Formats: sequence, C-alpha cells, structure tokens
Amino acid sequence: MDKTLTTNKKRNMILNIAAIAVLIGMITFLQFNSADYTYQISTLERACCYMVVAVSMNLLTGFTGLFSLGQAGFMAIGAYVTAILTIPVESRPSVYYVDGISPVIANLEVPFFVALLIGGLAAAVIAALIGIPVLRLKSDYLAIATLGFSEIIRALISAPQFNRITNGSFGLKNIPGFPNLYVFFGIVALCIVLMVLLINSSYGRAFKAIREDEIAAQSMGINLFHYKELSFVISSFFTGVGGGLLAMFMRSIDSKTFQVALTYDILLIVVLGGIGSVTGSVLGSLLIIFGREWLRFFDEPLTVAGVNVPLFRTGFRMVVFSVLLMVVVLYYRRGLMGTTEFSWDGLFGWFKKLPSRFGKRTDRKKEDTK
Amino acid sequence: MSEKKNVLRLDHITMQFGGVVAVNDLNLEVNEHEIVALIGPNGAGKTTAFNCVTGIYEPTNGSVYFNGEVILSNHPRGKMAKAYAGDYPTIGGKSIIKTPDVITKMGIARTFQNIRLFHNLTVFDNVLIAKHMRAKQNVFSATLRLNMTEEKRMRRETEELLKMQDLYEYRNEIASSLPYGLQRRLEIARALATEPTLLLLDEPAAGMNPQETQELTDFIKEIRDKYHLTIFMIEHHMDLVMQISDRIYVLDFGRLISQGTPEEVQNDPRVIDAYLGVGDEDA
Repeated sequence: MDKTLTTNKKRNMILNIAAIAVLIGMITFLQFNSADYTYQISTLERACCYMVVAVSMNLLTGFTGLFSLGQAGFMAIGAYVTAILTIPVESRPSVYYVDGISPVIANLEVPFFVALLIGGLAAAVIAALIGIPVLRLKSDYLAIATLGFSEIIRALISAPQFNRITNGSFGLKNIPGFPNLYVFFGIVALCIVLMVLLINSSYGRAFKAIREDEIAAQSMGINLFHYKELSFVISSFFTGVGGGLLAMFMRSIDSKTFQVALTYDILLIVVLGGIGSVTGSVLGSLLIIFGREWLRFFDEPLTVAGVNVPLFRTGFRMVVFSVLLMVVVLYYRRGLMGTTEFSWDGLFGWFKKLPSRFGKRTDRKKEDTK
Repeated sequence: MSEKKNVLRLDHITMQFGGVVAVNDLNLEVNEHEIVALIGPNGAGKTTAFNCVTGIYEPTNGSVYFNGEVILSNHPRGKMAKAYAGDYPTIGGKSIIKTPDVITKMGIARTFQNIRLFHNLTVFDNVLIAKHMRAKQNVFSATLRLNMTEEKRMRRETEELLKMQDLYEYRNEIASSLPYGLQRRLEIARALATEPTLLLLDEPAAGMNPQETQELTDFIKEIRDKYHLTIFMIEHHMDLVMQISDRIYVLDFGRLISQGTPEEVQNDPRVIDAYLGVGDEDA
C-alpha cells in the first residue's frame, strides 16, 4: 500500500516536471516562431488574461461563497491605471489629443510590472471601500450591488470630466506590450500560484468555512466581515492585475471594453470550469476563448455542392457556441471539474474507469435479459 | 456553591421577535467546573437563550456576563423603552454587543442543535479551521508559507484532538458522510479546538440511542475534567440530564419556572405541569 503511494508520488512528481517542461518548451517555441503564430499567441494571451480574472473570481465565489459581479469594474481600474502609468511620455500628446493631459500624470512613467502592481493595488483599495457597505448583503443582492458599482466605475472612467486623466470616451492607446512571452506567462503563473497558495493556507480554509456555514464559521472565531472583506480585496487585486494584463495585451483600451458583458464572460468561464476549482477556471478560460475562435468557420458563408447553406453567416458562431455551452452545463451540472482540482491520480483514475463505465451498462443489459 | 467562581451570568435577558417573546426576563448563573442543564418543552426558548449568549442574537434587554466581564448588554430604546419601563428594571448604560467571533475568542465555544459542520470539508479541515483563530500569522506569512512552524503546530494539535476523540481514522472523510453520532462528536471536537473555558452544548444527545447517550454522558464528564471546562447544555434526554447535571434550569414559554438540583427539579410540580400539562383532578 505504502509502496504504491510512494511510487505514485514519484510518478506525479515526474509528470509535474514534465508538464512544466512541456509548457516552457511550448512558450519557447511560440517565442521563437512568434511571426508565424500571431493568431494563436494572441488567443492564448487573451485566454491567460481571462484566466487570472477567472481564478480571482473563483477565489471569491467558489471559495468564500460571495457572488460578486463587479469584475469588469475592477479590471477597468487595473487596466486604466496600468495604461496611464506605462504609455510612453513622448507619445502622450497624441493619445490625449482632445483635452490634453493633466500635469499630475503627464511625466509619470513607471516600468510595466510596477504599473501592474499599482493597478492591482488601486483596484484593491476601491474594493475595500466598496466592500464596507456591499459585503453586508448576501447572495443575489451582493451580485446586484457589485454589478451596479462596476457600472459606476465604467461611467466615471468615460465621463468627460475626467478627460484629462482617462481620456474619457476616446480610450487610451499606445500602451506598450510585453517584452517577451516569458514575462507575460510568468506573471500569469505567479498570480495563479499565489492564489492557489492562499486557498490552501489557513486563511483559505477560513474562507471555505464561511462558504460552508456562516454561523458555524463565526462560532469558530472567524470574523465574517473581516474575512469577507479580505477575500474581496485580494480577489479585486488580482482582478485589477488581470485587467492591467489585458490592457497591455490589447495595446489600446476604452471604457466599452469593460462593459457588463466582460463580467459575464468571466462568470461563464467560472461556471463552466466548476465553481470552487482553480484548475477548472484555467481549463474553462482556455476552452471558452479558444472555442470561440475554433467556431469561427460558422461565421463564414458555406457552399455545399453549389448551394449556399443559409445559416452560416456572421453571428451564427455564437448560436452554436451557446448551444454547446448548454449541452456542457446539462451534462456537467457542477461545471467540468466540479469542486475537485486536477490531479494526475484523478486523471489516471478517470481513464481506468472509462471502459468500466461502458462495461457496466452492457452487464446490466445481460442481467435484464436473463 | 457560592465559593465557586461565577463563569456565566445572564441578567434579565429578554429576547423579543416582533410580538413573540422567546425569552422572558431570564436570570441564570453557571459556576466554574459545573455542568448545568437548561431544559424545557419544545419552543420554550432554550436555543434562543444560547444564541443570546454567543452573540448570534442581540438580546432585546438585559446583560450577559462572562467571567465577570460584560459581553452583551442591550436595552430597548425609543418607544420600546417605554413599553419595557414598567415591567423590567432598566440596566442602563451603553449597549455592548460583541460579535460571535469575539465571544468565541474569549473562551465560549458551542455546538448546534441542527449540526452545523463544514459539510463539504474533511473531518481534519473541520477541526483545523477552529485552530485558525488562535494562530499567530497574517495573510502574507500564511500565503507565502513564511511561518510553517505555526501551521505544523495547528496540524499536530488537530491530530492529537482527533485521536483523543476517536475520530482520527475518519480524518480524510467528508464531514457530511459521517454517521450522525460521529458528526455530533466531531462538532464537539471542533468546539474544543477553539480552546474554550465554557462549552455550550445544544442537544448533544439528539437522535442518539440509549447506548450512545450513555457513552456521551461519560464523554462529557471526561472532557470537563480533562480540559477544566464548565459545561452549560440544553438536553431532552432526562436520564442524561439527571445523571450528570449539578444544577438544572427549567424554561417554559420563555420564563424560568424552576431551578435547582436534579432531585429538586424532578419533584417540582410546576415542572411536571409544564411537561405533562396541568393535571385534572381525575387524571
């Protein structure tokens, strides 16, 4: 028994190292052939930006049990702060061509990783302030309130009064991108690893206690408000960083990027992946972002044997996509991963069970005929 | 009895929900190292009294003292104050309302009538969460694993506690998959993990058969001596109550109708009336 356990451990260790090596190898390959794979790289980068935000939303919704829909707002804060702090000073006049730039930020330029950090912190501070009134609410009411705040943030950003800071509804452009893919994927990995470490720490357990039973958690000496606020602030920090990454990936942003639809995209990823599973969110963001791209051929006109198939036109892709999502949600009620995390043991177990699943069914039939 | 230190004191506690007075002017005391039971028919307000002590409800009127310190004190204001003025002595002063987590930190732990475990977590994690409160750490040191000795200490103490409660073999099971009796025992183990001095047990023997109840009786005595606890409990199993209680309080319709040693309470006609209804001459 112990022997198999240790061999399993050894095997998992080797597989982990192999998986990391394969990932690094893939990134290296993409880095050196970036010209040939721009489309794939940009899809992957978008998926990774969403991944950070989805995992941070899962921290809040899946692990602390707080259903918040403010993601787009906090992403906007992170994105705008990052953008304002990183746009090269010399190109700022051309960005702020309408009302000019406020002198306070005119010459303020910091390295992008500092900007990302400040963006995350800004989102965290705003979250702390919003959290004080909002976290007294529960379930759906919390979702509605955070949704409202997220729209307020977006409205403020696009308000003409802030033209000299956020460039209002004209958006920001000339945001520098990442020097190379390693840095980008490194930051994404760091964010996710930090969140996983938090979830598996003593504080993560306290969050889970709140999710399971608030009254029992209180009776175990966990201050509900402090811990909800802590979870909300940390989640918003990473959401802000995710927004900053998105800004650097897109190179130009405007307030329309951060509409409620963005929050729903993230929510979709979290629900599809499994509420309460980090690996589920990672898988979900890859599936959703790549799925949308794979289904692109539905948007193009299709002729079969000289006949134009009528359904294949712009927008049909999303219909197919939605149907697929419905099918997935119907068969995996609790998301692809449920609340379990990916593990090699789990994967091999699943493969082992696969034949027996079909086997059982035939067995039953045989018994019936007897 | 009087030379013993007073651990818990309820002073004129009233809890009113709209027009329903669930607990009406309740006064009671629990002394150090005692086992005190609170009994009464269904709906008498026993659990409400517990919820007032642990800060889950804010009492409408009255104070709760723990080791001589006020932990909860409230009195009605505005229109309500007038309504109360005639009936109850106003305690006056500021209202002090501590939240349940602060009260737990001070050393009052409790279990619940309808088991409130962290159902989807393992037995081990259930107890480990209770250790979180007293751990010396902050969110950065915990996340970045800067202080592993603290985490190791929490895990070691959890293991010890589980071994002592004969729950160690179930440590990796999901809490809700345990049989009912073990869930109750786990809830007590979890309460003990907060390192209390006063333990409130809300119907610990509910749903147990006579043999399990007997085991529980011994168990309660054992943990009291082992951890130097004071125990205040609600219970319906009269054999258990009569066997281990030092003193008993009887509630009916929110009012205290009797108190004293098990013998005194058993022979009190008011208690018999409350449980069996007021007897007719013929009955």
